Amino acid sequence: MTDIHCELLVIGAGPGGYVCAIRAAQLGVDTVVVEAESPGGSCLNVGCIPSKALIHAADEFHKLMHLNDSPLGIRSAAPTLDFTQTLAWKDGIVARLNSGVAGLLRAARARLLSGSARFVDGKTIRLSNAAGEQLIHAKKIVIATGAKPTELPSLPFGGDVISSTEALALSAVPSRLVVVGGGYIGLELGTAFAKLGSKLTVVESGDEILPLYDQALTQPVKERLLELGAEILTSTTAEAATPGALVVRSAGGETREIPADKILVAVGRTPRTEAVGLSELSLTMNGPCIDIDDHCQSSMRGVYAIGDVTGGPMLAHRAMAQGQMVAEIVAGMNRQWDKRCIPAVCFTDPEIVDCGLSPGAAELEGVDVVTGVFPLAANGRAMTTGTEAGFVRVLARADNHLVLGMQAVGAGVSELSAAFAIALEMGARLEDIAGTVHAHPTQSEALQEACLQALGQGLHL
Amino acid sequence: MGTHTVLMPDVGEGIAEAEILEWPVQVGDKVREDDVLSIVMTDKAAVEVPSSVQGEVLWLAGEAGDTVAIGAPLIKLRVEGEGNASDVPPNSEPAISETPVGAAVSMPPASVTGARQQTSSPTSVAESQTVTESALAAPSTEKPLASPAVRKRALDTGVDLRQLQGTGPAGRIVHEDLDGYLAPAMNTGGGRTANTAVTTVKVIGMRRKIAQQMALAKARIPHITIIEEVDMTSLQELRCQLNEQHAAKRDKLSLLPFMMRAMVEAVREQPAMNAHYDDEAELIRQHGAVHIGIATQTPSGLAVPVVRHAESLNPWQAAAELSRLAGAARDGKAKREELQGSTITLSSLGALGAIATTPIINHPEVAIVAVNKIAIRPQWDGQQFQPRKMMNISCAFDHRVIDGWDAAVFVQRLKSLLETPALLFVES
Repeated sequence: MTDIHCELLVIGAGPGGYVCAIRAAQLGVDTVVVEAESPGGSCLNVGCIPSKALIHAADEFHKLMHLNDSPLGIRSAAPTLDFTQTLAWKDGIVARLNSGVAGLLRAARARLLSGSARFVDGKTIRLSNAAGEQLIHAKKIVIATGAKPTELPSLPFGGDVISSTEALALSAVPSRLVVVGGGYIGLELGTAFAKLGSKLTVVESGDEILPLYDQALTQPVKERLLELGAEILTSTTAEAATPGALVVRSAGGETREIPADKILVAVGRTPRTEAVGLSELSLTMNGPCIDIDDHCQSSMRGVYAIGDVTGGPMLAHRAMAQGQMVAEIVAGMNRQWDKRCIPAVCFTDPEIVDCGLSPGAAELEGVDVVTGVFPLAANGRAMTTGTEAGFVRVLARADNHLVLGMQAVGAGVSELSAAFAIALEMGARLEDIAGTVHAHPTQSEALQEACLQALGQGLHL
Repeated sequence: MGTHTVLMPDVGEGIAEAEILEWPVQVGDKVREDDVLSIVMTDKAAVEVPSSVQGEVLWLAGEAGDTVAIGAPLIKLRVEGEGNASDVPPNSEPAISETPVGAAVSMPPASVTGARQQTSSPTSVAESQTVTESALAAPSTEKPLASPAVRKRALDTGVDLRQLQGTGPAGRIVHEDLDGYLAPAMNTGGGRTANTAVTTVKVIGMRRKIAQQMALAKARIPHITIIEEVDMTSLQELRCQLNEQHAAKRDKLSLLPFMMRAMVEAVREQPAMNAHYDDEAELIRQHGAVHIGIATQTPSGLAVPVVRHAESLNPWQAAAELSRLAGAARDGKAKREELQGSTITLSSLGALGAIATTPIINHPEVAIVAVNKIAIRPQWDGQQFQPRKMMNISCAFDHRVIDGWDAAVFVQRLKSLLETPALLFVES
């Protein structure tokens, strides 16, 4: 087959890669994007989107199951679950978005090629697919190959030991599910299955679940998990899988068998570098990740890397922002990574949202801060939806009240991430947010109140 | 990897500190041997501090305008090998330094080649490295506070936001700050609007020296200024003839060599004009040598390079020396000794010279001669008006030590020398 020549080649059509390709093509750069699987990457196919669909279905089912216990006075017969239908609905959303991404690429006139890519040199890759092999020559290359679930040597994937990918495509709800890893992926999926009826056990080697967040934020999640009948084993390591069970060892050294129909291993994600033959380029690495500068440029001129392959935080929106930036750099614009915050959301029950500096980080960096916390229990809207667990917290510099960090835990607080991120990027002060009229009755009032609290002017507490 | 510290060099005798004028390098820059790391200022001379090693800039002692004590760390570089360890805190524990001596002996001793500072001992080098490294982590790399739209606009217009002072809440850089910064570059020339921009310029380096020197001169010296008109017709004719005659072989003569000659002749009769007045010691030092300071405009401000022993130079020699010095001063390459030691000063604004000026004496001198522009003006010769090439000279004197009478005599002497140029070349 004849070789393909282009200005920009993007390897991987995940959130980083497809955004990069669309933006570059919009700017008139001749762009090719190569993807071995369906466009959309982990996020769209086996991550954010399908998991959120499953979580929503589980929430709805669980709500109906417990409707008769609710104080609202609504009574109903017990619901039934057609899980096959649930999965079909989820798959329908994924399929719609797959074709949506392909359509966006087409509309922008970026060429999407199917197949796996392998580096020949810093300007050439070999594309392999059913039709054979083909060389692609590009002036600039963007590596956006993403990451894959990390495998534990003691618990190789296969059989009943599954990763998040398989967990999103189980044919039936497992009656006993053990989740190894108390991070956000394990807890999001674990909670969903617990609500769908699984007996959930979480095995975490550290002392706390969600170790990236402080205890105040994770406490409501822990309480809710216990309420859902889950067992949380911290300081406990998974030893081996036996037929129908997982052997774990506690910090004290005692081993124990936990009966399990499925064992979900969610201990993190590993950058995907070997399949594209990255070792041959001998780029500077930062551990398993490609080392990049603030232009997302790797150690090789003209080779950029974006998204999960460059390390944390492994979040789709970070990859998208990087992809957009690199496209503009390739198109000749002067751009550099200058973001103040990358918001992070856990779709646990309740949700956690985290933007900017945490109290722990502030202490570590020696920044003198004032903190304001407003509990949702004092928020009218939270009361009317029966979701009073959680709070909104704001951290600001003590000297000039510049907002440095904002966190919240509570039902539906993921949508507050926009307000948090805008405040941080705009360089808002406590007075700016406190002086902004927040609509009543909404949960967002808690944000204004938290700022008032930090200023010592709280009204509703 | 080690750290190499370059200390503020002792650039002039008896100076305790020097001012950082410019950083040609930034933290993170790679520098090679002999690259200029810093330009520092003493009195009137800018001195380049070159790198004696190859490495990466880790730390700078301050910003332009800061003063650093002689011998204090000026810049730190990360270098291959162990670096020097001039800034070892003296409190390193002697107990520890005992042990690695054996290992240190086997180290190549040449790794401090070219280091300005003496390395104390290889053992303390190893220790100091960790100390320095952790201390270096301190400079905060806090991002400039600005909204995403402002940041994008700054990138688009090539503005480094770290250069701007934000006027928004909490020091946030707002669009207006960027407007103000960009304003001179993109004056759209639309309707007339009030411009409320205030540009803050740090008075540093040469400008600071000039300001100090001017304030000193004007505050200490009671000036008496005399302005006299001089008929330059004859001198101009002579000058043109000389230039024509030697057009092929010699450089053209400007007016200044003749002015210098006239000053040499005039002070021969009035040595009190060619003097330094030390008002603290209450001493006047009259100089035999006539070292004429030539006020010169340079890109960084007024400089006064000195034509030494003007009494020994013919007009062409004076012209050559003048052009060499003026060039050196403009390029900032004048040496320290070329910028000091004048005994009397000559100032000329050339074609910009105006009708009269009130020159400020170059302290501790006692007289300054400024020439104004030449213009053809009508002169009464007793019967009719004649067009003559007229020029004013504006001369200022230190009235504490020079009386008005003597000043007037000096000015008249200059006038007659210039009006009868033959007198300039008559050996007395």
